[in-house]
Amino acid sequence: MAQTLYDLTTGAVARIVRIRGGGAKSIRQRLLDMGVTRGTEIRVERHAPLGDPVEVIIKGYHLALRMSEAKDIEVEVLEA
Amino acid sequence: MIRFAIAGNPNAGKTSIFNFLTGASQQVSNYPGVTVERKEGMARLGDRRIAVVDLPGTYSLTAYSREEVVARHFIVEEKPDLVIDVVDASNLERNLYLTVQLMEIGAPLVIALNMADIAEKRGFVIDAERLSLLLGVPVVATIGNKGRGVYKLLKTCVEAMDNGVSLIPKPVTYGHEVDQEVDELGETIAGFPAVAAKYPPRWTAVKLIEADEEVVDEVRRLCGADYDTLAPHVARAAHAIAAHFDDDAATIIAERRYGFAAGAYKECVAFKGEARQHVTDKIDTVVCDRFLGPLFMLGVVTALFFCVFKISDEWAWIPWFGGPVSPTGLMVWLFDQFSSLVAGLEARAPMLHSMIDDGLIQGVGGVMSFVPLIFVMFLFISALEDTGYIARVAFILDRVMQTFGLQGKSILAMIVSGGLGAGGCAVPGVLATRTLREERDRLVTMMVAPLMNCGAKMPVYAMLIAAFFPDRRTAMMLLLWGISWLIALSAAWVLRRFVIRGEQTPFVMELPPYHVPVPRSVLKHTWERTWMYIRKAGTIILAINIVMWALMYFPRPPETVAADAAREVETTAGEVRAAELAYSFAGRFGQALEPATALAGFDWRTNIALVGGFAAKEVVIGTLGTAYSMGNVDPDASESLSARLRNDPGWTPLKAFALMIFVMIYAPCLATVAVITRESGSWRWAAFATAYSTATAFILAALIYQTGALLGFTA
Repeated sequence: MAQTLYDLTTGAVARIVRIRGGGAKSIRQRLLDMGVTRGTEIRVERHAPLGDPVEVIIKGYHLALRMSEAKDIEVEVLEA
Repeated sequence: MIRFAIAGNPNAGKTSIFNFLTGASQQVSNYPGVTVERKEGMARLGDRRIAVVDLPGTYSLTAYSREEVVARHFIVEEKPDLVIDVVDASNLERNLYLTVQLMEIGAPLVIALNMADIAEKRGFVIDAERLSLLLGVPVVATIGNKGRGVYKLLKTCVEAMDNGVSLIPKPVTYGHEVDQEVDELGETIAGFPAVAAKYPPRWTAVKLIEADEEVVDEVRRLCGADYDTLAPHVARAAHAIAAHFDDDAATIIAERRYGFAAGAYKECVAFKGEARQHVTDKIDTVVCDRFLGPLFMLGVVTALFFCVFKISDEWAWIPWFGGPVSPTGLMVWLFDQFSSLVAGLEARAPMLHSMIDDGLIQGVGGVMSFVPLIFVMFLFISALEDTGYIARVAFILDRVMQTFGLQGKSILAMIVSGGLGAGGCAVPGVLATRTLREERDRLVTMMVAPLMNCGAKMPVYAMLIAAFFPDRRTAMMLLLWGISWLIALSAAWVLRRFVIRGEQTPFVMELPPYHVPVPRSVLKHTWERTWMYIRKAGTIILAINIVMWALMYFPRPPETVAADAAREVETTAGEVRAAELAYSFAGRFGQALEPATALAGFDWRTNIALVGGFAAKEVVIGTLGTAYSMGNVDPDASESLSARLRNDPGWTPLKAFALMIFVMIYAPCLATVAVITRESGSWRWAAFATAYSTATAFILAALIYQTGALLGFTA
């Protein structure tokens, strides 16, 4: 089972491998528009007080997304 | 006349550039058929006048949201002479993604490299000339919130147009394989005059390969029967790209756009600073912390409550005749002056006097006296919105909201409606739901936002708490605040399960860097919102108050009845006035409702006020005042409404509490109903909001009253 953004702990750095097409088409489109694309480096900055959503740094800016979406983002861990 | 459009990402500083370009000459309207705000203004350069349209802020130009569709429609179909793309220099790579899409359309383009100062402070050195060469269009550095570079931007645009300099950007390249397919399909599309006349062929080719629903539908419509000859070309191109890269064509295109952006970024930006924590990161380690974050948020709400009430009402800090007064005190003083001005009329023209004093001054004055409170409230909230903190509130609370079927971003609408305490308004609250992309999220938020404690409900609470819970003011306000959230969230939960069903929508949101609020824009925003409140008081509320007064004044009982009554028993003037009110249309109506409303403890006078409150919650307090002053049994007419109710044997704290809960929940006011109708696109949702909230309000009020009575809270 490939690792996803969902599995990463705070401070981890990873490279995006694939965005699964599981969710609605628009979620994927939205993620692409926000810069969540293959090969991009992503850093887990923090989780919200209740553990969800997660805040990441991608392409130099801060993005918040829900853990349910994070499950669809497959990554390759660079720094745990 | 020349027309410019301003495009750009949210938080890129588009609005401040627009404000500096157009000054005060702005007009806000809606794009036809959709609820997206359209801001238009006039820029001046010498004696030239240029129309400027501020397009909605978007990250992309797909058909994902209404804003994106609107922005792209405007550029493609209304063909502005020039598009100014405002990009955030400190976040250039992602901002260039939109630039790439603007380049695809091929409209004349000028780049405003905004927030150049912040980028510099962060250690980015941007070669604007090189960027200009790569994109093929002028690039002007600006600092929008200080207005720097804005004049140069305008001059660059106008001069380029005057001198016939081409502002058409270079074509976007997606890599050899994709380019080949796009170019080939573009040429095919150029052979369909109906399409080519409306859309740029290469752009259309990209959109068709992406399977952009809206463009596909429009091309199908334009081609008619010819579409069958075009469709196989599109399918072949999309398939070729997908097969070559082993992913769907839309994803490949998006990746290639980012590839182009990343390439430009790498060529033009050098990082000369050291990788260190920015101020925003430092603030966020506290504000978004697991434990400190929620505490901080609670602190902000409490401070807001405290400051707003202190500044607007409790601290007498304005020097005035006869000692300092609070802003609210000043408003009350003003309307007392009006009242004494017309006092002389009472003997000469009793009906006119009653209309002016009971109807106008009592009603409108009561509403206007809350203007300072509303102003200070909006001042704090506007400033808070400007800092970027609201996005963090959404981040912290999203999980909670998700449980109830709402979105983190629904918070904004709820806060504007009064969710941070009191003194918001559901009208801008419902408008604020525009930031929600999903129709279902939007509808649910729209249905529950009016349950928040808006500024118009405040006077009712304030009056009843002063009368029946004078020692527990803050506790009661906090209780009412908690109850309003509890009910709103429960209502959302029920609606999401039984009425507006559907799967949860994604929450993907940028957390923008913090900004120090710009006083100019905060004040502008605050004033716009306050003015809306004042205008409402001066128009709708005023009219309704007159109507309510008339319903309470007419018909007058026949002289003989009054005379008989006076002869039979020793009657006071007050009892005659009470009989007169009972005889009026409103009095009769209130009495007719009494058998039902008695379940919740409401008497006929309260019913009159509550019926008036369907029009606007502000009317409740005014009408109750009018009802108890017109139908005043007590000869001492100078008593305040609070004191009058406290001394009325028919009133108990229990009844007052049931009434506050009822007022909190029942029917959105007419202005909100109108705005829900417009925003949801159907009067049915407005009718539904009115019906479900009134039913809930009555059931809860009756439950509270009956349970309280059983438990013996009747004294």
